[in-house]
Amino acid sequence: MGGAVNLLAQKHPINSALSLIAVMAALAGEYLLLGAEFVAAVQVIVYAGAIMVLFVFVIMLLNAGEEEHTSGSRVAILLGVPGMLTGSVLTAWVVLRHSGTESVPIGALPGSPRDIAQLLFHDFLLPFEVTSVLILIAIMGAVVLASKPEASSGEANR
Amino acid sequence: MTASYVPLSYYLLLSGFLFACGVTGFLIKRNIISIFMSIELMLNGVNLSFVAFAAHWHALAGQIFVFFVMVVAAAEAAVGLAIIIAVFRTRETLNVDQVNLLKL
Repeated sequence: MGGAVNLLAQKHPINSALSLIAVMAALAGEYLLLGAEFVAAVQVIVYAGAIMVLFVFVIMLLNAGEEEHTSGSRVAILLGVPGMLTGSVLTAWVVLRHSGTESVPIGALPGSPRDIAQLLFHDFLLPFEVTSVLILIAIMGAVVLASKPEASSGEANR
Repeated sequence: MTASYVPLSYYLLLSGFLFACGVTGFLIKRNIISIFMSIELMLNGVNLSFVAFAAHWHALAGQIFVFFVMVVAAAEAAVGLAIIIAVFRTRETLNVDQVNLLKL
């Protein structure tokens, strides 16, 4: 279901951004079917919301057009696509061969937000705090990187 | 209610397919934003397999890991897009074939 949309992602930046949003929405539905409501909600909010807005914003900001093909990209396409196809077919064969008939019940995971909060704030408290520090550092780094370098070079930047 | 069952291998196949598409896009794309979106696609494929295994083993820790992967992806997206903006400001291009020097 996400795969059909996914093939559309091999085009131009804004088109691939939109199809990536579709893939993420489909994945959120998949998580919901698996019974992971919390992960589905976070997927919609964080990925389909925040990250994709960031992507579309940068695409608009940088005025990204269609990509041109160079000789290097032709070589990459010629070698990469058949290699990926054979690799994925091999992986699929191995997975289908070695996995039995065990199946996942739809909607049977006890993944209520209450249990997740218990686990997240009790057993995984230290990693949670570390991720908060990581997010803070990422915000500061993004601000520093994206700010105009006026202090170093006096010339008028865009 | 829980009458329908889906084999675990189907989820693994979809996850592997998403990951393979991400790797392919990473290799064949020449636009730096598209390459970045391919990376996000790979992370999503891995997340799907995490959730599928968590549902299979009835272990909630898999969902916690998905949460952490999402946090790292968000941080990475913010920093990476900031780097892209900085690169574009100095070089006026988004093509990775023309960005071959760290120093301008």
